Amino acid sequence: MADQTVAAPAKKKEGLFSKKNMKVLTNPLSDNNPITFQVLGICSSLAVTVQMKTALVMALAVTAVVAFSNVIISMLRKYIPSKIRIIVELAVIATLVILVDQMLKAYLFNISKQLSVFVGLIITNCIIMGRAEAFALQNSPWPSFLDGVGNGLGYGWILMTVATVREILGSGSFLGFKIVPQALYNAGYENMGLMLLAPGAFIILGLLVWVQRTITKTVHE
Amino acid sequence: MLEHYLSLFVKSVFVENILLAFFLGMCSFLAVSKKVETSVGLGMAVIFVMTITTPANWFVRTYLLKEGALSWISPMFANVDLDFLGFVSYIAVIAAMVQLVEMVLDRYSPKLYTALGIFLPLIAVNCAILGASLFMVERNYNFGESVVFGVGSGIGWALAIIAMSAIRHKLRYSNIPAGLRGLGITMLMTGLMSMAFMIFSGIQL
Repeated sequence: MADQTVAAPAKKKEGLFSKKNMKVLTNPLSDNNPITFQVLGICSSLAVTVQMKTALVMALAVTAVVAFSNVIISMLRKYIPSKIRIIVELAVIATLVILVDQMLKAYLFNISKQLSVFVGLIITNCIIMGRAEAFALQNSPWPSFLDGVGNGLGYGWILMTVATVREILGSGSFLGFKIVPQALYNAGYENMGLMLLAPGAFIILGLLVWVQRTITKTVHE
Repeated sequence: MLEHYLSLFVKSVFVENILLAFFLGMCSFLAVSKKVETSVGLGMAVIFVMTITTPANWFVRTYLLKEGALSWISPMFANVDLDFLGFVSYIAVIAAMVQLVEMVLDRYSPKLYTALGIFLPLIAVNCAILGASLFMVERNYNFGESVVFGVGSGIGWALAIIAMSAIRHKLRYSNIPAGLRGLGITMLMTGLMSMAFMIFSGIQL
């Protein structure tokens, strides 16, 4: 939730960032977070959170795709026949994902190898489809862009929180740098292997949701 | 030969369960696992569609997209590499297949159609389906392997969602802390289930 306070004051001067638009941007960061409240986009996200580096790249990639797919679909919203809109949306999203994938392969080859199939799976990330359906089809390009960025960041900070916990507890490092001192290992401390495996991700996310919902006092079901 | 396929099958159902080890298909897993009947329906639909789309995408890749794949048309295409079109093609094949399956079922098996009907459109954007195809590409499976892998992953996914819905059914009568209700407890349960499935790792046939 630190992102929220950083993002808000910097952009208030321009008319483009009216109160309503800012709400569109900041709402998904906490009150309406795509992962913890809308329960979207968990699919492709947890597998990349073993390390901070991959989580960061994934968060940026998803933010870029959701923002631009929102803009494109919002620009086309008057021309897309509602019966075939899902196919049109998928085509737009898949094209953007191919661009991201090619870019990653060109500039960050190692990370793109580590992300393996999960870059491709951005296509079926429900956040992107969900935002296109729920927001971009009804709104003009600029708010859609903000909505996309907001949701991308909302997704990103959850991803990075999970990755931080998993990397520190699981490998004793952060962004690849060792942060658990050697003395601790000598004293008998061991990395928590469970954090590197799938159950670690599920449990961390479950606890994160618990904490966040207790703070915001939302009760489901 | 048979052993190899059997081992791949067991691996894709239990050891590397597509949902519990690779986190694929979580969205529909979390949304639909509230009731046992609907989970069985969606599980069946996923098995069905995955069994068809994984080999279908194998054909698309082997005969259209892979480097040199077009050489069956004429030798001059031997250097053409269309792999970058992969994502668009696979998702299009999946969407088209889902549509086709829906129409065929509607025509020939109305009973199955009414049972699976509402779930089929959902499946086109299920990450597990695309994930199975992408894993098939990445691991360079041959045709037989891609069929086995498709069936196995589908069954694994169905198994996970049906088990989860049964657990959630029981959870309805327990007193869960307010903030943990819904997504929180489900994630924790999934974590425990995934831990339980880890006992299968290391099994070699």
